[in-house]
Amino acid sequence: MFTYTLRRLFFAIPTLLIISFVIFALLDLAPNDPTGDLPLTIPPEVREQIRASLGLDQPFLIRYMKWLQQFFINEPLNILESLTGWQFGDGERMRVLSWATRSPVVDLIVQRLPQTLWVVGLAYLFGIMIAIPIGVISAYKQYSIFDQIGTFVSMVGYSVPTFFTGVLLIVIFSSYLQWFPSVYDTNLRVTDFDSFVAQIRQMALPVFVLALYNASQIARFVRASMLDNLHQDYVRTARAKGVKEKAVLLVHVLRNSLIPVVTVIALGVPTVFSGAIITEQVFRVNGLGQLLITAVQGADMPLVQTLTFIFAVLIVLFNLIADVLYGILDPRIRYD
Amino acid sequence: MRKLRLLLAGTVAAMALSSATAHAERGTDGDLKILFWQAVSTMNPFLSAGTKEVLASSIVIEPLARTDEKGELVPWLAAEIPTVENGGVAQDLMSMVWKLKPDVKWSDGTAFTAEDVIFTWKYCTAPDGGCAQRAQYEGVKNVEAVDPHTVKITFEEPKPYPYSAFVGAQSPIIQAAQFKDCLGTKAPGCTAANFGPIGTGAFVVKDFKPNDVITFAANPNYRDAAKPAFASITLKGGGDAASAARAVLETGEYDYAWNAQVEPEVLQTMMAAGKGRLEISFGTQVERINLNWTNPDPALGDKRSTTEAGPHPALKDPAVRRALSLAIDRDIIVEAGYGQSGKPTCNIVPAPEAVASTKNDSWCLKQDLEAANKLLDDAGWVKGGDGIRAKDGVKLSFLYSTSTNSVRQATQELVKAMWAEIGVDAELRNASASVFFGGDPASPDTFQKFYADVIMYTNNFDGTDPEKYLAEWLCDKMPGPANGWQGQNIPRYCNAEYDKLVGELSKTADLEKRAALAKQLNDMLTEEGAHIPLVHRGDQSSFAVTLEGVRMNSWDSQVWNIADWSRKK
Repeated sequence: MFTYTLRRLFFAIPTLLIISFVIFALLDLAPNDPTGDLPLTIPPEVREQIRASLGLDQPFLIRYMKWLQQFFINEPLNILESLTGWQFGDGERMRVLSWATRSPVVDLIVQRLPQTLWVVGLAYLFGIMIAIPIGVISAYKQYSIFDQIGTFVSMVGYSVPTFFTGVLLIVIFSSYLQWFPSVYDTNLRVTDFDSFVAQIRQMALPVFVLALYNASQIARFVRASMLDNLHQDYVRTARAKGVKEKAVLLVHVLRNSLIPVVTVIALGVPTVFSGAIITEQVFRVNGLGQLLITAVQGADMPLVQTLTFIFAVLIVLFNLIADVLYGILDPRIRYD
Repeated sequence: MRKLRLLLAGTVAAMALSSATAHAERGTDGDLKILFWQAVSTMNPFLSAGTKEVLASSIVIEPLARTDEKGELVPWLAAEIPTVENGGVAQDLMSMVWKLKPDVKWSDGTAFTAEDVIFTWKYCTAPDGGCAQRAQYEGVKNVEAVDPHTVKITFEEPKPYPYSAFVGAQSPIIQAAQFKDCLGTKAPGCTAANFGPIGTGAFVVKDFKPNDVITFAANPNYRDAAKPAFASITLKGGGDAASAARAVLETGEYDYAWNAQVEPEVLQTMMAAGKGRLEISFGTQVERINLNWTNPDPALGDKRSTTEAGPHPALKDPAVRRALSLAIDRDIIVEAGYGQSGKPTCNIVPAPEAVASTKNDSWCLKQDLEAANKLLDDAGWVKGGDGIRAKDGVKLSFLYSTSTNSVRQATQELVKAMWAEIGVDAELRNASASVFFGGDPASPDTFQKFYADVIMYTNNFDGTDPEKYLAEWLCDKMPGPANGWQGQNIPRYCNAEYDKLVGELSKTADLEKRAALAKQLNDMLTEEGAHIPLVHRGDQSSFAVTLEGVRMNSWDSQVWNIADWSRKK
C-alpha cells in the first residue's frame, strides 16, 4: 500500500505539469484581454503600455517558464521564509502577481480561504450528515412515504439551480420576513455571543442552499448503494444466523454500502475549495469561487492560472486519497 | 433654587443648540454602507482605470480641481481655477500655474505641497509603469514648483483646453513620500501603498480586502473640521446590479448602491418598499449603432473591414444610412430599456449643454417610416419576394452585433422589428463584453475588428471638453492590421473636411468658437451617417431615503462630495 501511494505520488508530478501547461495554453488562446474592462476613454496606446507592463509582450513560452518559476520556487520559498523566519538570498523574489489587484495571488487566496471553508465546507458537512440517514432509511423502507418524500426533496434539491433557490430565499427571508441579511459580511469577527449569532445568521441562507444541493446528491448515492447491498446473500445469511436487525443494517449493510459513497464524498472535497461560484455571488460571500469568477471576467490570467492549478492539485490528491480509502474500507482490494 | 433652575434652563438650551448643529460635527452619523456590484480591485487608479477603482479611490485621494454636477470646474486642492483672464494660463497657452490651498494636510499629518503634484506626474509618466491614466498628462512637457504652494505646468504645444492633468477623479494627487520607491516597474510591488494610499480626502483606508470589502474611517486631518458627518464607510463589493439595488431600495441594508443598471419595471417594484430613491445624472454616454463604411465580406479574408476591402456595398449609399436612422423609434427603446436614465438623442456629443447640438433633432428624433421607405424607393432599392429590399444583387440584410447584456439584446430585437418595416433584414449576434471590448487582435469578435455590418455599444468622453473625442473619427484613426486593430474610428468614417475642422478645433481657444466647431463636427457625423445615435444614457444609482447631501455627478466621481453626505435625523 505504501509503495503504491509513493508510486502514485510520483506519477502525479508529470500529470500536474502537463495540466499546468494545458491551462496556461488555453488561457492564452482565449480571446480575453486584461484591459477589456477599462472604460473606452482609455486610448489604445495606453492600453498597449498597460499590456507591456503586465509582461504580455513577451513570448508564450517565456511567460509560462516565468510562472513555473514563480509558482514552484519563489512562492514555496516565501512561505518557508514566513514560517521559519529564515532568509534565502536577498528575499527579493518575483511572486505571482494578480493583474487586477497587482498583489500576490497567494495572499488573495489565503484571504479568501476562511469564508469559503466556513460556508461551503460547513454546507458540505451538513449535506453529508443529512444525506446518510435519509439514504439509509429511504433504502430500508423502500417505497414508503418517507422514501417518496425523501426522493422528491432530493430531486427538487438536485434539479433546481442554486441561483434560483438563493434568490428565492433572499426574497422570502431577507426582503419579506427580514430574518437574515442578504449580504455576507466578511469583516465580521466572532468575539462574543452577539457576533456569534450574527455569524450564524449570515451563514444560514448560503449554507442552507448549498447543504440542500449537496445532501440531495449524496442521499441518492447512499440509497442506491444500500439497495444494492440489502439484497445480497450475506445479508440473508446474517439474518438467518439471528443477528439483530439493527446490527445487520448498521454494521453489515451500511459499512459495505459506504465504500462507493466514500469515494464520491472524497472526490467532492476539492469542489469545497473551488468554492460555490454561483452561491457565493448571490450572497456576496466573496470566497474562492467569487475570486475565480471575477478573475475570469477581468482576464486576470495569473490568478485564474494559479487558482485552476491549485484545484487540479487538489483533485489529483483527493483521487489518490479516495483510492487509498477504498483499500482500507474493503480488505478485498489490495494494490501491491 | 433659582440658580438651579437657571442652570437647568441653560443646560436644556445648550442641548437644544447642540442637537441643532449635530450634523455639523465630524463623525456623528455612524457608518455609511456602500454596495458596489463590481468589487474594487485596488485603490490606486493609476494601476487600474476601471470606473469602480476610480470611484473608490476618489473617497481618499483628490485632484486639484473637480467638475461639479452642473459641469462646471470647481477648485478642490487648488485655491482657484487658472484661466487666461486671471493670469493662471499663459497668453500663448503654453503653460499654466496652479495655486494650491495653503493649509491642506495629508491624512498622516504632513503638509501637502507642490512636490506631491510634481511627483504624481512623474509617477504616471515613468517608463514601463503602464500607468492607466497616462492620457491625462498628454502634451505635458514639464511640471515644476514655483514655490511650495504653486505648480507650473508647461505644455509641448499650445493647449486651448488645459484642464486634464490633475483635474477630475481620474487624475488625483498621490503622496510623494509614500510612493517614492514605487516608480515605473516597481509600481505593482508596492501592495501596501496601492491598497491604502495616504490621501487628503475626507476618509482614510482602514482595511482593504481586494475584490471584496473596504473599510474607511474619517480623516482626522481633513481640512474642514466639521466634516465628514460619517465616522466610517463600509464599501462592500460583488454580486449583481439587481440585488445591489434591492439591498438599498427594498431591504434597506445599504445606504448607497452604485450603478443601478436594472430594467425600469424591476426598479419600480423595489421602490414600492419606500426605503430608497434613485438619483440620475447625465454625462456624455451615448448608445449608438455604428455603420460599417468598409466591406466586411468574409470572402475578402484579411482585408475585410479595412479600406482595402473597398466601401460597403449597401451602406455606401447615403439613402440607406439615412433610412436606417429614420426607421428607429428611439422613444420605445428608451422606455423599454432605460426608463428615466435614458433620453432619445441624435448627437454623439449630447452634453454639456453648451456643445450639444439641436440641429438634427427635427428629422431624426421622430420615427418616420414613410420617409424612410420613400428614400429607399427613390434610391432604387426594391422589395423582393421575401420582403427584403435589394438593388443590383445587393440585399439590405445586415449582421447586427453587440455585447452580451439583456438591455442590448432587447434593443436589438426592437431595432430589427423596426427595420423590417422598411424592408431591411437584420441577423442578430452578441459577444461577451470582455471579448467584444477586449481588443485582442487575434479575436474576430472585437468591436475594433467590426466583422459585421452594424454594431451597437456605448462610448463617452471624460470631462466636459469633446476635442479629443471628436478626433476619434479622423481618417488615420481607423483600426486595421497596420496598427494592430488599435484605432478608435470604428465606423471607418473618412472625410477630409472633417479632419480639417478637427485641426481647427485643436487650435481654437475661445470657448464659444470651440462649442460652435464641436457642434458642427457632431452634426456632420450624424448627417453623413457615420453612426446612428440612439440613447443619451445617464448614470443611475440608488440611495437610502435617510441619506442627505448627495449631488449625483456624471462629470466626476459619484462620491465627489462625500464629505458633505449626512444622515437625516
